[in-house]
Amino acid sequence: MPETPSGTLKKTPLNARHRSLGARMVEFGGWDMPVEYSGIVDEHMAVRTRGGLFDVSHMGQIEVAGRDALAAIQHVTSNDASRLSNGQAQYSALTTTEGTFVDDVLTYRLSNEHFMLVVNASNIIKDFQWITSRIAEIGDAVAVNTSSRYALLALQGPAARDVLQPLTGANLSEIKYYWFTTGEIAGVRGTISRTGYTGEDGFEVFVPPASAERVWDAILLAGRPEGVIPAGLGARDTLRLEAAMRLYGNDIDETSTVLEADLGWIVGWNKPDFIGAEALRRQKQEGIRRKLVGFEVLDRAIARLGHAVYVGDERAGVVTSGTQTPFLKKSIGMAYLPTTYAAPATEFEIDIRGRRARARVVRMPFYKRPRAES
Amino acid sequence: MYPPDLKYTRDHEWVKITGSEARVGITDYAQKQLGDIVYLELPEVGRTFEKGDVFGTIESVKAVSELYCPIGGEVTDVNSALVQKPEAVNKSPHESWMIVMKMSDGAAADLLDAAQYSDLTK
Repeated sequence: MPETPSGTLKKTPLNARHRSLGARMVEFGGWDMPVEYSGIVDEHMAVRTRGGLFDVSHMGQIEVAGRDALAAIQHVTSNDASRLSNGQAQYSALTTTEGTFVDDVLTYRLSNEHFMLVVNASNIIKDFQWITSRIAEIGDAVAVNTSSRYALLALQGPAARDVLQPLTGANLSEIKYYWFTTGEIAGVRGTISRTGYTGEDGFEVFVPPASAERVWDAILLAGRPEGVIPAGLGARDTLRLEAAMRLYGNDIDETSTVLEADLGWIVGWNKPDFIGAEALRRQKQEGIRRKLVGFEVLDRAIARLGHAVYVGDERAGVVTSGTQTPFLKKSIGMAYLPTTYAAPATEFEIDIRGRRARARVVRMPFYKRPRAES
Repeated sequence: MYPPDLKYTRDHEWVKITGSEARVGITDYAQKQLGDIVYLELPEVGRTFEKGDVFGTIESVKAVSELYCPIGGEVTDVNSALVQKPEAVNKSPHESWMIVMKMSDGAAADLLDAAQYSDLTK
């Protein structure tokens, strides 16, 4: 049974709201966070069919500004940030010289000389120190940890746009996927981004911490007729897994390269040199030995982080994420497998508490939303 | 809310004792802690357990938990219908029995009554 969170944990500006809504609170990356309100399955289904509101204020923000801000961002991240227009975001990685993950991030281009990275809660200090040390030699660029300046709310699901639109003067239909704008939400000035971690359409809203409750309350009230409910980290995890989005610390970390994680699309192969470029180019040329794949468990069992993967008697890899997914109603997961076994339909076995369960490699994502855009 | 005709353990199982027979399940408190239950693994009929032994596994979307024998004895029946619909444990935990055991002598010692268990989970 989970421990009761202690008083030393960090709290988001919405902590009192979670408690009054009856959320079950857990420790996550040093934060006291809601894991579920009405239940993971209920919240997961709400996001897939209507809408769910998440407090993700624990996520960090690191801003890089200056005449050479673009050069600095290009140096520390793998994706090509020169392709970003002002008001556009991209998925990227902070890479080590080995091409592995310091963190996975979203890079926002706020203006020509001002970028914001949204980073994982447990990596904020590490990322900030890494970036600061790595851009010290790059002309006019400074990094600032601005995490405490933002509360971050994510409204996700097919009803997200219609629920949020009456609360803002911004025309949400004009914000394309992975673009953002500044504007007011429920009378509070903030940034509205068409991004998320669920595989659904939706928006992430950056607002000042002091106004977080006002925005949270307004979205829940506006969403009530549509069946929008608060959703916790439990549903966030099952939703992101169905959408095959990687979780730092599980699927990717400082021991896995961007290519092994099958994220070659976030490498700017044609951009100037960046940290890890040489290692990644070499790995691309020589080929990877192992790869992150999606799988379905064929027997009645659930694979979890750390379960060993076998092909015959050979220990071939390890499960990095796994759950019984509420929407697809399947036991799915991700695992690192030797590339020789990584082709779809390849069968293998997973040691689940001493018993072997059969599994099969499948293409990711497991879930893709029906596209009816704008 | 905890039925007075059941006995309880500190590991959050309940036992319904009829003569030398004991039905075993998990409590409302336990199912709430677990959240949405999706998988249940139970032993075969004929297995014998000591009090405190692990007799099975229950999994929710987010976690795995072991099931502990509240008493010692031999498994005489297993609720295979529940294995097929484990989410019933969330809906009616105190009706969702998992196994029936034939108790060894004195096996029912140290169990809590409803009031004691209710205090424990406050």
